[in-house]
Amino acid sequence: MELGAVNGILEKYQAKRTSLISILHDIQDQYNFLPETALKKVASSLQMDLNDLYGVATFYKSFSLVPKGRHSITLCLGTACHVRGGPKVLRQMKKELGIEPGQTTKDKNFSLEVVNCLGVCAIGPVMVVDGKFYGEMNWVRAKRIVEKIMKKENGGRA
Amino acid sequence: MRKIKTIADLERVREQIISGQKKYATVISVCGGTGCHAYGCKKVREQFSRIIRKNGKGQKIKLQFTGCRGFCERGPIVTIQPQGIFYQKVQEKDVPLILAETIEKGKVLDHLLYEGKDLKTKVTAEKDIPFYQRQHRLVLGSNGLVDPTKIEDYLGIGGYRALARALLEMTPGQIIDEVKDSGLRGRGGAGFPTGKKWESCRNSTGDLKYVICNCDEGDPGAYMDRSLLEGNPHSVLEGMIIGAWAIGAQEGFIYVRHEYPLACKNAGTAIIQARKVGLLGHDILGSGFDFDVEIAKGGGAFVCGESTALIASIEGKIGEPKSKQIHTISQGLWGKPTNINNVETWANVPLIIRQGSQWFSSIGTEKSKGTKIFSLVGRVKNTGLVEVPMGITLKEIIFGIGGGPKDGKAIKAVQTGGPSGGCIPASLFDLPVDYDSLTHAGSMMGSGGMIVLDEGTCMVDVAKYFVHFLREESCGKCLPCREGLKRMGEILNEITGGRGNAESLFLLEELATVVADTSLCGLGKTAPNPVLSALKYFRPEFEDHIDRKRCPAGVCTSLIHYSIAEESCVGCGACKKICPAQAIAGKKKQSHRIIPELCSQCGSCRDVCKMNAVWVQ
Repeated sequence: MELGAVNGILEKYQAKRTSLISILHDIQDQYNFLPETALKKVASSLQMDLNDLYGVATFYKSFSLVPKGRHSITLCLGTACHVRGGPKVLRQMKKELGIEPGQTTKDKNFSLEVVNCLGVCAIGPVMVVDGKFYGEMNWVRAKRIVEKIMKKENGGRA
Repeated sequence: MRKIKTIADLERVREQIISGQKKYATVISVCGGTGCHAYGCKKVREQFSRIIRKNGKGQKIKLQFTGCRGFCERGPIVTIQPQGIFYQKVQEKDVPLILAETIEKGKVLDHLLYEGKDLKTKVTAEKDIPFYQRQHRLVLGSNGLVDPTKIEDYLGIGGYRALARALLEMTPGQIIDEVKDSGLRGRGGAGFPTGKKWESCRNSTGDLKYVICNCDEGDPGAYMDRSLLEGNPHSVLEGMIIGAWAIGAQEGFIYVRHEYPLACKNAGTAIIQARKVGLLGHDILGSGFDFDVEIAKGGGAFVCGESTALIASIEGKIGEPKSKQIHTISQGLWGKPTNINNVETWANVPLIIRQGSQWFSSIGTEKSKGTKIFSLVGRVKNTGLVEVPMGITLKEIIFGIGGGPKDGKAIKAVQTGGPSGGCIPASLFDLPVDYDSLTHAGSMMGSGGMIVLDEGTCMVDVAKYFVHFLREESCGKCLPCREGLKRMGEILNEITGGRGNAESLFLLEELATVVADTSLCGLGKTAPNPVLSALKYFRPEFEDHIDRKRCPAGVCTSLIHYSIAEESCVGCGACKKICPAQAIAGKKKQSHRIIPELCSQCGSCRDVCKMNAVWVQ
């Protein structure tokens, strides 16, 4: 794996330990996950034990040590979204994609995540698809959004 | 903009900005908060910009993207000044009409106005909308006036004047006294007096001191901190610089949740801008005071809102809390004295310095001063951020501002304080909202989430939701929290699954008490609150689940079954088509029925039925 970007990220944060979480976020944004080789590089640059770094990378929910799908689907299940039907949307997404939260589909097209609050509670249930926020989600709308992406990924075929 | 070095410089710059803005005949403000983004405000703004440019009106019309206006469910929100028109749910297609009719001819467009309760009266001005009418928007009010990415806008409304006063006219001791006299208490939840905290940190010995802004707003259902940091980052920054000067800190951090990308971005921009004009960094305003701020991102761990875990996270470690025998004000970040305040607390500071402690303490109740921002969400008609004076009753917030129930179902409780708080039943809605009253009722103020629950919400399910939430978010360091919450979750699963027995509630209460008494940090200590408060006020609902194996709200899938009312069904077939279990039988245009053995209780049929013919029992 080409790791040139990791050097740039480390440089941007001057390889400071305080910036560890930000560094890991940037690496994940770049590669879609935290590659082992990148973590080794970070550990040596920040002069920290690889075990400690592994601890940090696995403690925080935002990070993934396995590659994620091309499209990310994040469902908010904060209290407001929960009482407004969020679980129903989740049930539909699990069925539609055939995976559990935290997993990626076999064809690597989709990753499904559940978060505890995105802070857009007034318009819940909220779903974020590839960084775009959708409010007042119901399972029918959610299904349509996913089907549209699926169709695109399959070259126009449903 | 050149560096601002004196108070006179600051005033000159401010006057220049104000006179520069006078050339505009109209100001169009499009709300750019995350909520409005979800409704497509970006496209609305682009459309405005395109047409204004095309018509060559750029010299006359100022178009700005402001911070969150709070009335998120009505987004995208567009306001027009000086006419004071408030348009809601504005779409791209409405833009040409607004420019041609409202801006050119001064005609108000009825279809974009807020509708009164009777659905006949239309409201033109923001201040006349019931949602805003009863609010007191001291902190949040500026969100609608400034573009969060432009320091000029903040300077134009008198921004950084409080800082100038604090740095050049007041001693640190005077500032601390002012904050103490104001009665400001921490807005993050616990309500510790801010001035007292600052004083202790100032008195701690250390060559280096830090101030931290806590924007790890993890409480599900609360989002005022996001809105403030995203919508008016300079007000938070100004508060931090004043605090740093009073405490004697040289460095500061804004710890932002990774789930708030726009807040991270806008806070970052604000820091760079403030540095550029000499309001942050070396020799601020020529006073000789050096202070700088960095952004630290969170990694999606709820526990990091706890001060010691937050510090560990900034240090690049696992976010595990520590015992609080040694306070962070004496040994915090890298063992140095550290003062942590929440976003909303910091944003209150410039107001206090600018308008005085006496003015501030005239608002609110005896022990809770000023205003508090709540996020009024859940099963209520008007959802959004509301800022009210402390001491207002729950009824006024939920029925006055919130407009009451969302779709006819009676409101039965409100959940405040997030996972550390509890549910307050409708019978106690006359309770004044302040730190002490809410704690007394078995809940807490928390960071200000207010989730309204109605007859369609199952209290056992809500209690279960919070226990599962906390079990997942427990860092796992100490046993009572790690294992206790797991067992509590199992008991609640059994109750909602119809397998609860006479002992379940006794065990649940006993475990809850043990977890609260023996956990190390705030997360564990307060974790049983949602369960205990639900048991205190809604015990019959638990007993219904256990003794009669029924869920009165119709939520717990193991205890309910669906049926179709023959007389209401028109046989459209929508339910049959949608049913994932093929559990619905019936011919077109004839009454359908549900086959109980196949039904998975997903409720899809009920969602799609236009005749309201699907019943849940």
